Amino acid sequence: MDRYTEQRLFGLLARGAAALVVAVMVLVISVTIYRGGRVFLMDPTIVITPPGSRYMLEGDGGFLHAVLGSIFIVGPATIISAVLAVSTAIYLQSDYSSERFSDTVNMFLNVLWGTPPIVYGVFVLTVIIAIGARTSMFFGIVAIAIFQYPIMTRYTDEALRSAPDSVKEATYGLGATRFETALMTARAALPGVIAGIVMGFARGIGDAATVLFTAGRSTNMPAGPFDGATTLPVLIFDQAMSFNAEVRSHAYAASFILIIAVLGLILVSKLLAGRYARYAPGGRHS
Amino acid sequence: MGGSTDSGSQNRLGRRLLTERVSGYWLQGAGYFAIVLFALIVLALLYQSLPLLSEYSLVQMLTSSNWDPAQNQFGFLPAIVGTVYVTALTMIMGTPIAILAAIYIAEYAEGRTKTLVSSFIDVLAAIPSVIFGLVALIVVVPFVGDYLAPAVGSSATGLGIFTVSLVMAIVVTPFMISLSVESLEALPDELRESSLGVGATKWETIRIVLLRAAGPGIFSAVLLGFGRVFGATIVPAMLIGGQTHLPSSPFATGQTLPTLIVNDFGELMSLPLTQSALIFVGLMLIVVVWLFNFSAMILRQRLQQRWQF
Repeated sequence: MDRYTEQRLFGLLARGAAALVVAVMVLVISVTIYRGGRVFLMDPTIVITPPGSRYMLEGDGGFLHAVLGSIFIVGPATIISAVLAVSTAIYLQSDYSSERFSDTVNMFLNVLWGTPPIVYGVFVLTVIIAIGARTSMFFGIVAIAIFQYPIMTRYTDEALRSAPDSVKEATYGLGATRFETALMTARAALPGVIAGIVMGFARGIGDAATVLFTAGRSTNMPAGPFDGATTLPVLIFDQAMSFNAEVRSHAYAASFILIIAVLGLILVSKLLAGRYARYAPGGRHS
Repeated sequence: MGGSTDSGSQNRLGRRLLTERVSGYWLQGAGYFAIVLFALIVLALLYQSLPLLSEYSLVQMLTSSNWDPAQNQFGFLPAIVGTVYVTALTMIMGTPIAILAAIYIAEYAEGRTKTLVSSFIDVLAAIPSVIFGLVALIVVVPFVGDYLAPAVGSSATGLGIFTVSLVMAIVVTPFMISLSVESLEALPDELRESSLGVGATKWETIRIVLLRAAGPGIFSAVLLGFGRVFGATIVPAMLIGGQTHLPSSPFATGQTLPTLIVNDFGELMSLPLTQSALIFVGLMLIVVVWLFNFSAMILRQRLQQRWQF
């Protein structure tokens, strides 16, 4: 095979691979939207109906409990995690810590980033066992927050690092303290920070393994922070394993809601990033 | 300028300095959080696995294929073999496609096609894996069970190791693609220009120059993908069939380490030793991921030295 044939062959292969990936993804999204949308449109009220007493067996009622559970678990978790992640990322900049320290922390963050979500679930479970508590919404929040933390920190750290040094120099030059300078840097890097937080939110709302053992996998409406709850991914997982066809069909409606939520979040992050780009010096669009 | 405004600005400065000091403590705490969290996870899992580790020998548990928590038999071999099987098959299927697609996006695609394809793939990396599992139940499972398995002379329901690997390959490729594209695009254009300038074809430039220069980045993308597959829980739990035995063929049902935790979770609360065993599985997962990350870091540094430009 001469080099020109090889070149043509691999060019085709590269195109084919990209086309294959895109085609598979179109298939996944369209199956979800088609199957889920059909179930959802037939009876949109299942999203806002509380589950009946035998929901998992007979499919009476809807899955409002999981929708609310997702909101009440992933929402607070994202806020806690975002505050922690932004603080960590600020501390890792050169104003606060040495390069050696930030390299060490980054190594740990990489390890945490690669840690399977189920390990976080098991970890929180051991804490629950150790303090003799019951699985509840609160521990679901803790598990999701821990899961999101390394993701958000990495994105935020990268965004802060790519903020132009001139912002830092200008604020120091005006006599600002380290903290005030850090806030200004964070502002200049806002599009990247927001994108990181939304990315963490999207990952958190889609993850089942962390909340599977920690939130209680309840099939009732959540009653309070120390009561059992469930989230949409866990619900889909449980519904898909059900013997009842009606419950299984609800899984598609739930995944329709979930995929719309995730796609919507990504869209929002793009819009927000564009909006906050005005804080970046030179109106950098990223 | 009276004394009152003077003391006012003094106050303000005091407040600013106080904010500075308090925020400094908070930020320092946050800075150490990652290390503390990691230590806490390892210690908690280790402490809770001690009851099991003191009762049985580690080597015996890792090599025994008899898993029966009710009879206090804890052989992890079937789950370990299942995990290795799934991870290897997934990486064999996923990696070449991911690298080729990344090459297409970084080097071939232009203009709107490029933005469209790459933002599409970024979106896909964020789709929850439970959705892939659900779609696979109606698309991949019948396909494998009715066509693929009979075609290679194996009878199966469609649930099994091959199905999991196929779906996991679909789940991780977008992730590996976007990381690889990043490292390919970070390369300076001079590399491409000088390679083309000495008469290399485009493909030779990619194969000989760009893939090596971006090698460390692509390498860590693949390893991160590996970690994802290794610890994947939901997709295997939905599609593997959940039977703890040594898999006899790629189409057989099986168990991976994470699905072991999910499937035996019900018994977890009642039997202390089972609880300890399942927590030990968590410990194994984190230790392997940690070892991999560590060796990846070292290898990456060596590759960077070897393929520097």
